[in-house]
Amino acid sequence: METLKKEVREENIEKKIKISGAEAVIKCLLEEGVDLAYGYPGGAIMPVYDEIYKYKDKLHHVLTRHEQGAVHAAQGFARVTGKPGIVFATSGPGATNLVTGIADAQIDSTPLVCITGQVGSHLLGSDAFQETDIVGISTPVTKWNYQITKANEIPEVIAKAFYIAKSGRPGPVLIDITKDAQFEEFDFSYKKCEKIRSYKAVPKLNIDKVKEAAELINNAKKPFIVWGQGVIIGGAEEEFKKFIEKTDIPSASTALGLSALATKHPLNVGMVGMHGNYAPNVLTNQCDVLIAIGMRFDDRVTGNLETYAKQAKVIHFDIDPAEIDKNVKTDIAVIADVKESLVEVMKYIDNNEHKEWMQEFHKLYEIERKAVINDQLNPTKVGLTMGEVLNGINNETKGDAIIVSDVGQHQMFACRYADFIKTRSSVTSGGLGTMGFALPASIGAKMGAPDREVVAIIGDGGYQMTCNELGTVLQTKVPVKIVVLNNSYLGMVRQWQELFFDKRYASTEMISPNFVKLAEAYDIEAVRVSKREDLAKAIKTMIASKKSYFMEVVIEQEDNVFPMIPTGASVSDIRLS
Amino acid sequence: MEENKNFTVSVYTENNIGILNRISAIFLKRHINIESMTVSKSEIEHVHRFTFVVEVPETLIRKVVGQLEKQIEVIRAFYHTEDEIIYHETALFKIASTHLYDEKIQDKLKFRRAHIIAITERYFVIEASGLKEDINRMYEKLKPFGLLQFVRSGRIAITRPKMAISELLAEIN
Repeated sequence: METLKKEVREENIEKKIKISGAEAVIKCLLEEGVDLAYGYPGGAIMPVYDEIYKYKDKLHHVLTRHEQGAVHAAQGFARVTGKPGIVFATSGPGATNLVTGIADAQIDSTPLVCITGQVGSHLLGSDAFQETDIVGISTPVTKWNYQITKANEIPEVIAKAFYIAKSGRPGPVLIDITKDAQFEEFDFSYKKCEKIRSYKAVPKLNIDKVKEAAELINNAKKPFIVWGQGVIIGGAEEEFKKFIEKTDIPSASTALGLSALATKHPLNVGMVGMHGNYAPNVLTNQCDVLIAIGMRFDDRVTGNLETYAKQAKVIHFDIDPAEIDKNVKTDIAVIADVKESLVEVMKYIDNNEHKEWMQEFHKLYEIERKAVINDQLNPTKVGLTMGEVLNGINNETKGDAIIVSDVGQHQMFACRYADFIKTRSSVTSGGLGTMGFALPASIGAKMGAPDREVVAIIGDGGYQMTCNELGTVLQTKVPVKIVVLNNSYLGMVRQWQELFFDKRYASTEMISPNFVKLAEAYDIEAVRVSKREDLAKAIKTMIASKKSYFMEVVIEQEDNVFPMIPTGASVSDIRLS
Repeated sequence: MEENKNFTVSVYTENNIGILNRISAIFLKRHINIESMTVSKSEIEHVHRFTFVVEVPETLIRKVVGQLEKQIEVIRAFYHTEDEIIYHETALFKIASTHLYDEKIQDKLKFRRAHIIAITERYFVIEASGLKEDINRMYEKLKPFGLLQFVRSGRIAITRPKMAISELLAEIN
């Protein structure tokens, strides 16, 4: 009976039916298990949208208010689910509006499949209406892209697109389909892609390197781990936790690695980088073995490379061979899937204790607590701090919320102070630093994780870059909680102007509309908090709400994010004020 | 500062539209000038070979090759120093026929890899091949006769070390 069933299934797969290219696009997505997509229709993608209409029971399409919003929403979805986010856009401006989000996804290794319409193939190169070379434009910011001019290419190319987007180090792909290929009918059949001969998704683990790494780890007196998003992408959170617990190694996260390990885990010593914690930054330059796991030594993490961990032996675990020795010279590189590497290395490492070394982290944490953290969480000045808002949210959600942050000061406060107890709970634009990311990304995050609380933390600047997506919240009724921390400045740039440009506040002062009225215009319940005594209650009401909710918090205008590693300085020269 | 050196980069790729754009973008992003480029079929069916010459520090070319190999349709990429390759360039010189029986020009053609490949009433064409320096010397010699046109090819190179692309493809298949 099983065999018979299998044969029937295979026959179905093999059975060819004549359909249009546009319908094939939808069928391919369904074959890949897609049931949600974001996008914006237009002339060159209309045949596909006609099929979206016909298949609306199987494929839910969310109309955003701008194509950039569609990509960011798809990114939010991808980051919380691990599945590729799907985006549709038309040719010309529709396609070019995707570019910022695609670039963001590329640098933050987020899987996306973007499908754009293109003018008819007979018009290619004729400067036709809404024609743009999106394949040329998107080449440097996609993991792969392809232009389809014949309907019969659609199944194979889309299958490849999914395989490439998801496998290895994930990333965005873009498929551009000419309008005639969408109309053209052909015999459809679909087969998932399992390999591409020129592409090695996962390098083969070298056991010798694992053994060398284990030996170095076993003999280290002051080992230190910096982990990145690779741990989350590789689904290796449990293996990572076992590894650090067995070796008793203090571990710090990059901004994108946050939530892979619970914030309050005793071995979690905070975040590294420009606005990271004091101890892990300073002690990077005192450890004897630096173990980098699924991270890429971004300049915001390392500060001046000439003085970065020069005393330490460096072990780098990563899936991407091109990351090895790119920024920091590695002594031992373990190039493979992170989960597989950690499982393997566990076989060779000893149970260990590093209590004295851990004390160093605790001592430096105390310094940071007294100099910075106390003033943030229990401020004595009149104005509200971003830290206390985050603390208020922690108190209400108990760390069980997805925090989606935008870009700027508030983002660093969110990364520093948000409490995470579950993985895939921090969604932020890290590598590209795309202002305007958070509101649309929070929409996608909530749709990807409907059972979890999703709180977007946004500055007054970034909010106004994509607040048109309130329209998407209105139409979909997606219950996201939107928090705007309003200091009436482009805060991060203002901070740099204060510290490095003698307070010449060039174009950073911001006059904003009445945000509460704006949210109310979109039928979203809204509140403005400007007094400390109202904050906790307002957060409680917001989190308790079952609907989308907007909260503006008026923040002390000229507050700075500290600690800070000034550009070009060493991690150990991190400033507390 | 690490010194710049000449490197020959060989890239084996699938034969797809757009791959050139993807490869050149990697050089562009790092502000590297491509000194010469040749694209042709390779020894393997359906596999193309790009040969680039660039002058950069070795640490940079190593990273570039890493980024090249990362591209989906790139099968393998290599970089080689001058002593690891056997290479050749070709040049064509178009000169007015009035100089055809000039003894001085006949003299220049004694250079062992230069010969006349076309003669018309108005002009004749000399083909020369060799190392970059050989072509440069030929150029300097022929320049006084007035070059109506001059063109030189990109470098083509065979490497002394093995590149083992067929084995790699066999392993994947």
